[in-house]
Amino acid sequence: MLVYIVRRFAGMMVVMLLVAMVVFVIARVVPGDPAAVMLGSAATPEDIAALRGRLGLDEPLLTQFLLYLGQIVRFDLGESIFLNRPVAQALAERSELTGLLTMMSVGIAMLIGVPIGILSAAKRGGLIDQTAVGLAMLAASVPSFWIGLTLIKYLAVDHAWFPVAGYGPPEADLIERMRHLVLPAIALGIPNSALILRFTRTSMLDVMSHDYVRTARAKGLPPLVVVLKHALRNAMIPILTVIGLTTAVMIAGAIVTETVFGLPGVGNLIVSAVLRRDYPVIQGALLVVSAIYVLINLTVDLLYAVVDPRVRY
Amino acid sequence: MASVPAGHGSVPLPSSAQPRRSRSPAALLMRQLFRRRLVVLSFLIMAAILAVALLAPWITPFNPMKMDILGRLKPPSAAHWFGTDEYGRDVLSRVMLGARLSLLVGLLVVAVATLLGTLMGLAAGYIRPLDGLLMRLTDALMAFPDILLAIAFMAALGPSLYNVVLALGIVYTPRVARVVRAACLVVREMPFIEAATALGASTPRIVFLHILPNLMSPILVQATFIFAYAILTEAALSFLGVGVPPTTPTWGNMIASAQQYFQQADWLILFPGCAIVLTVLSLQIVGDGLRDALDPRLQKVK
Repeated sequence: MLVYIVRRFAGMMVVMLLVAMVVFVIARVVPGDPAAVMLGSAATPEDIAALRGRLGLDEPLLTQFLLYLGQIVRFDLGESIFLNRPVAQALAERSELTGLLTMMSVGIAMLIGVPIGILSAAKRGGLIDQTAVGLAMLAASVPSFWIGLTLIKYLAVDHAWFPVAGYGPPEADLIERMRHLVLPAIALGIPNSALILRFTRTSMLDVMSHDYVRTARAKGLPPLVVVLKHALRNAMIPILTVIGLTTAVMIAGAIVTETVFGLPGVGNLIVSAVLRRDYPVIQGALLVVSAIYVLINLTVDLLYAVVDPRVRY
Repeated sequence: MASVPAGHGSVPLPSSAQPRRSRSPAALLMRQLFRRRLVVLSFLIMAAILAVALLAPWITPFNPMKMDILGRLKPPSAAHWFGTDEYGRDVLSRVMLGARLSLLVGLLVVAVATLLGTLMGLAAGYIRPLDGLLMRLTDALMAFPDILLAIAFMAALGPSLYNVVLALGIVYTPRVARVVRAACLVVREMPFIEAATALGASTPRIVFLHILPNLMSPILVQATFIFAYAILTEAALSFLGVGVPPTTPTWGNMIASAQQYFQQADWLILFPGCAIVLTVLSLQIVGDGLRDALDPRLQKVK
């Protein structure tokens, strides 16, 4: 097990190194001088030269990359050009909202996807099953920002059941914050519940075709016990995988959702950084989000052993 | 970990069990209808949307760019089926023109991703020493959520329709590459490849004339799904203001520019949104149908 963990961590390091390389390359394919682009048309040549010096743009490319790696290892993501503070600090300030939003969205997606997926598999081929599968496909085809706008229009504007936008006043408590996140979480959760539903259904169907499930039925166990106790436990691994994947995807989905609802989270930070060409922020956010993405996937893999004692690495 | 592909559709579902016979004939019939007819219907819808997209400049009921300040923000009526927008432009005409632009972006993304992905997948699958390197590269690209990677490319390249195509093309390349590589690894071990090698066929000849034609079905299925994702992601990028420039009326841009007005005029987001949903849904159903029809394992089951 320990050897496996170490090996997986090593593999993750390789992927993260490549990720850092991709991030580095993206920042360097900017047409023209990045320093000039960042400062805009009003900049003097002296300003540009100074910024080039500060960013180390006059060094050879390989040196630049190694310097960049050195920074990353020290958790130094550079300074934001517009926010006048370190990128890591800006990200940390915004992460509470995005974290909470992601958790609530995952919760909603699971609450929709897992039970309906189980029901769908238990009633395979029936009307409920076909409706569920059809709805899942529909949900996967709807842009989350469109669901968001629709929810705002009908539930927040027309009926005022929920706040239209924002994250509440600065002194708001957690409950108030979460009330602001209900609609965003639904908008983000619905499209992502589709994949969880489909996976749960397929995984359950797979397990339920095994002999031991037939035996359990033949023993006369109540169907509910067979489905929930015998089948579900063994179907959990793929379900867990897809929930992990969905969580990772949602962190990125939050970028769009936060824009729709005017929420000051990480996504909002990224979008404004793109519009202002604040490259250090974009680079830092890319790196951190993909690191979280990779870490979540790794955690899911390691969790297998916990869920299924037969899994030995 | 990162070797698990992210996103809908491309994730391999755990292999399904042999289907039990459905209980009632009605349910069985529903199933048949649902499976076959739905795919046919989706295909027809897709064809209709494509036809509208192709013919848009000639068949829109109004000039999609013509402003009419007195007739602005009018709800759907007999004259303007989908209502008018904040400049009094006909929303139906703009949705039709939007089909042209959104499908164009989707198709070009498919072309870029399929071309690059196929070449990459063939190289990884056939040329052994390249395999490790190329697959780690796809791992790294897939370690970014696709919308985030696209945003990053757009930040670097600047907003334009062709940059959106390039960015999304690169984002979806690994998905094609993985599928092509996996299929290539199977095909390359088949006896007819050995025969071709024995006959002295050159590597390019084997790869492009003997292997590639056998990979067409997985590529086609993957291309259909990428078409669907590309339309969704393009809409999201445009909505965020980092995609196609706002003056180009793609569906995403129409929804983005309606943000100020949709609280009074919900038809401004309703119709472009429905257009996106209908297109993406049809594409996904067609993709599923193709996969079922082209997968020999599933055929035996039926």
